[in-house]
Amino acid sequence: MVELIAKSACDGLLPKTIGSLTLSEAAPEAITSVTPFRGQEAAVSEALKAQIGAAWPAPNRMTGRAGARVVFSGRGQAFVLGPRIAPIAGAALSDQTDAWASVELSGTGAADALARLVPIDLRPGVFRQGHCARTLIFHMPGLVMHTGQDRYGLMVFRSMARTLVHDLESAMEAIAARG
Amino acid sequence: MRVNGKGLIDRSAPVGFTFDGVRYDGFEGDTVASALLANDIRLVGRSFKYHRPRGVLTAGSEEPNALITVGRGAEAEPNTRATVQEVFEGLEAVSQNRWPSLGLDLMAVNDLAAPFLGAGFYYKTFMWPRAFWEKLYEPVIRRAAGLGALSGLPNTDRYERAWAHCDLLVIGAGPAGLMAALVAARAGLDVILADEDARMGGRLLAETHAVAGKPGHGWVAEVLAELSSMENVRLMPRTTVTGAYDGGTYGALERVGHHRPRDDARRPRECFWRIVTRRAILCAGAIERPVAFRNNDRPGVMTAGAVRAYLNRWGVAPGRTVTVFGNNDDAHRTARDLVAAGVHVAAVIDSRPGVTLEGFRVISGAEVCNASGAKALESITIRHQGREEKIATDCLAMSGGWNPSVHLTCHMNGRPTWAGDILSFVPSPGAIPGMDVAGACNGAFSTAACLREGAEAALRAAEALGKRAAMPDLPLAEDDPYRIAPLWHVPGKGRAWLDFQNDVTVKDVKQAAVENFRSVEHMKRYTTQGMATDQGKNSNVAALAVLADATGRGIPETGTTTFRPPYVPVSIAAMGAGAEGPGFAPQRFTTSHKAATERGAPMIEAGLWYRPSYFPAPGETTWRQACDREVAMVRNAVGICDVSTLGKIDIQGPDAAQLLDFVYTNTFSTLAQGRVRYGLMLREDGFVMDDGTTARLGEQHYVMTTTTAAAGLVMKHLEFVHQCLRPDWDLSMISVTEAWAQFAVAGPKSRELLNGLLDQPIDDATWPFMSCGKIAVQGIEGRLFRISFSGEHAYEIAVPARYGDSLFRLLVARAEGMGGGLYGMEALNVLRIEKGHITHAEIHGRTTAFDIGMGRMVSQKKDCIGKTMSERPGLMDPERERLVGLRPVGAVRQILAGAHLFNEGDAAVRVNDQGYVTSTCFSPTLGDTLALAFLKRGPERYGEKVRMVDHARGVETLCEVVNPVFFDPEGGRVRG
Repeated sequence: MVELIAKSACDGLLPKTIGSLTLSEAAPEAITSVTPFRGQEAAVSEALKAQIGAAWPAPNRMTGRAGARVVFSGRGQAFVLGPRIAPIAGAALSDQTDAWASVELSGTGAADALARLVPIDLRPGVFRQGHCARTLIFHMPGLVMHTGQDRYGLMVFRSMARTLVHDLESAMEAIAARG
Repeated sequence: MRVNGKGLIDRSAPVGFTFDGVRYDGFEGDTVASALLANDIRLVGRSFKYHRPRGVLTAGSEEPNALITVGRGAEAEPNTRATVQEVFEGLEAVSQNRWPSLGLDLMAVNDLAAPFLGAGFYYKTFMWPRAFWEKLYEPVIRRAAGLGALSGLPNTDRYERAWAHCDLLVIGAGPAGLMAALVAARAGLDVILADEDARMGGRLLAETHAVAGKPGHGWVAEVLAELSSMENVRLMPRTTVTGAYDGGTYGALERVGHHRPRDDARRPRECFWRIVTRRAILCAGAIERPVAFRNNDRPGVMTAGAVRAYLNRWGVAPGRTVTVFGNNDDAHRTARDLVAAGVHVAAVIDSRPGVTLEGFRVISGAEVCNASGAKALESITIRHQGREEKIATDCLAMSGGWNPSVHLTCHMNGRPTWAGDILSFVPSPGAIPGMDVAGACNGAFSTAACLREGAEAALRAAEALGKRAAMPDLPLAEDDPYRIAPLWHVPGKGRAWLDFQNDVTVKDVKQAAVENFRSVEHMKRYTTQGMATDQGKNSNVAALAVLADATGRGIPETGTTTFRPPYVPVSIAAMGAGAEGPGFAPQRFTTSHKAATERGAPMIEAGLWYRPSYFPAPGETTWRQACDREVAMVRNAVGICDVSTLGKIDIQGPDAAQLLDFVYTNTFSTLAQGRVRYGLMLREDGFVMDDGTTARLGEQHYVMTTTTAAAGLVMKHLEFVHQCLRPDWDLSMISVTEAWAQFAVAGPKSRELLNGLLDQPIDDATWPFMSCGKIAVQGIEGRLFRISFSGEHAYEIAVPARYGDSLFRLLVARAEGMGGGLYGMEALNVLRIEKGHITHAEIHGRTTAFDIGMGRMVSQKKDCIGKTMSERPGLMDPERERLVGLRPVGAVRQILAGAHLFNEGDAAVRVNDQGYVTSTCFSPTLGDTLALAFLKRGPERYGEKVRMVDHARGVETLCEVVNPVFFDPEGGRVRG
């Protein structure tokens, strides 16, 4: 009898704590992309509220809470990070669960470490909690989410997990070594 | 020597360091320059061209002479300015550009040959014979000239890059910058205050002026205390803003590790910042200019402001008997401060008549016309009322006036404006959008004026950003007038130095004018004035004043050269920080990567992906052995290959089929559900973009496959088509490449292998060639596609990526039990060449569907992107180079990719070119070399012979032109 064994995207790479910062894998139960078809935006938002209690987000915003978020992920598209959702009439869904390496960077100075890699304005008054952005994480396209005080969620393509950890580790070390 | 009771150094914290191997003592707060001067070390370097002895000239980042190498081996940092480098315990510094030692530099023979080595010498002398330039002249010149040398070892240091964002960037933390930052911060703006010095305060640290009734540095400390207590302020000391760029972006270089012992290997040496701000205020101060006179480069000749700075900030008297020479009132301060500190001032020489001062000898209306002393200044000669007088002195403090640091205002091609009253260029208003200018860099030289301008600029910034701010009560400060009369150079014999760093004299600039290099830009290139690490900060204005004089024009008409970033030297390592080694580009690894490397597979990069090249078996010593075995395995049993790297795009929606019909040359709307079709995609210009298979999973649901390298390109193309060409179409697209681990299972035993794994077995009736659908392995749902790149009965099985490693190992174990196993990219390539299948070696961007023999795949029943353009006569010409197969027919069996084809009997020259080879391999299946090539009228020439000539590798092979499908042309095997 054979059995397929699941491995996470950052298997063997995380967690890491350097100085005041901790980097850990934070893969949601499922990642589902949702794209409403024309004129279906409101209905899809209602369907999401009914299924996971979070509405369709505005651009660069996320709704919901940890464990059940809807995150803006591009033009007319959002990712549901949370439980696997049932098909929604009027929307294209795709299972993205295994397509991403999801990590969390937390601790005092997390934004400073990210500023080594991410070009957008991360000042707490500008990139507030609940904000998100499709942007660059050093050389990689990714998704950055401000999930809490000194707490950020980061997603890049699964295959780039090692580079993500390498780049973040370098930034964390540089911050720690400033002393 | 140190002066008791003076300076802001910490005398309770002594610091030991070495210079040229000798240990010296300094204090915390010292720079290498101040500590060397405190130890009476005058000679610190040799000049660029003539190897003249040189000492410290300035006290800032503009220093042209005192360049040192810090550290050793791979850690050595050449061309470090001793005036910027802070001392720390254990610092090792050495002098540069001398051999064998600083004191005895044999290259100083150049100075004796000076009459021959003036500006333009190289250009005129080394023209002939032409071949000598590269082989003889240049190496010799390069050896003799230059600054510090690189270690030649790989740099093991860390550097970093970072972004910062703010409402207001204040550049420079002197009186103007501090005041600006304070007013703006109190108004609630997010402020970054960047200053290149280790200690903020600018000239207030170097002068004895009182501010608000306190010593200047005391007022600075109070302001800094308030600023550091505010959450909306970020102080960035040791950070030089190096450039002004578009959109409110500024480059800045922070010295992070240079001032500390190397006790943590992770600490970066420098950080290159990109600061994005809504407004900026430039408060960069001013740089004092030297006066050109004979031998004004002797160690001990310094700028007057620098002498003051060494005295007041570092408690160092750079000489025991100091003379002062200037054309402005500011220079008098040096004499006053020295006398007050108990340092002997031999004389103050003022070029202006009628100057009277108390407390020291004043020689008014006089000029210094020579300096003597070999490695240190011993005396100066002054010319006064037609007579010459020699004065013994070991330090001359000179001032030709102050140049506002306008540099950053010119980084977007703005030109500064001449201000006749201060004999300097000042910034032109609005030269950089969003940037204001305040203080000395704006030509406001008194402390009171700096404070006022700083506050006013901050108010303007606050107002522009919608914040309310009030003009504060400005602290009381000196408001002395700045009086100056022109004095650029003192006429006379000998060499009067303008540009210390590039050894450019007044004579050189005049020579440029004589030779008709009259434009300031031409003069710069002809003389090299203004080049190297100081970029002419000390010499530009004086040099162009001399040029103006020589050409009979005014200074404003002569104009300045172009100021370009960076303001100070920036290491390439800082600009490229993080992008070395594994940081060069993202590395993409498949889920089977670990298993593949465990088997010793060498990896090759495809796009950013790492893919196994081949899997060496015990006893195999070459890649060919492994490759041949792997090919035979696929042809005879079953092979496993990770194909997850191919792009997979999920396309859904009512208009999904229309999109596919529009981007592919062939039709997909007619594809049945559960079926797969091969598709060809053209660029707008009619050339082939990519190819791949697309499967129809549902009525409105497709999954498109792209090649590995073009996955991003195709996604971008589809987005363009949807967003720009057909925004009316209702559909969704998203990459699912990374969601699936997908493996090719290829070979006659592929179905047998799969049926041992799948929860529901498959057969030919339910899974014919080019079918697809859902499957499950131990309850894990996946997808199966019956497609083949190898030409064998083959499948691709996909499961969620988390199971990739597990399924891969399982497939390999099963395959090996059936006489099969893994195959890599080499075998994959052989298999596809045997079948005449194309890759991007063939669809390389210059070939059409017609060229690759797929002209008929461009449907005549519908339009598609690139169709019209592909029908241009030139692209349908039968004479075009078109895809063929080649097999060797002579004694030489080698065919090489990149080689060109010629008709038999033709000379192998460009005009006879018939085509070229794109792919080649040894086929173990057919026992011979095979190749794919593009040949003029190719498909019409089967059976003909052509010569393959590889000029680069010197190989010539006679080939027969054949159908590119070498193996199983009927395609029987693929159908099982």
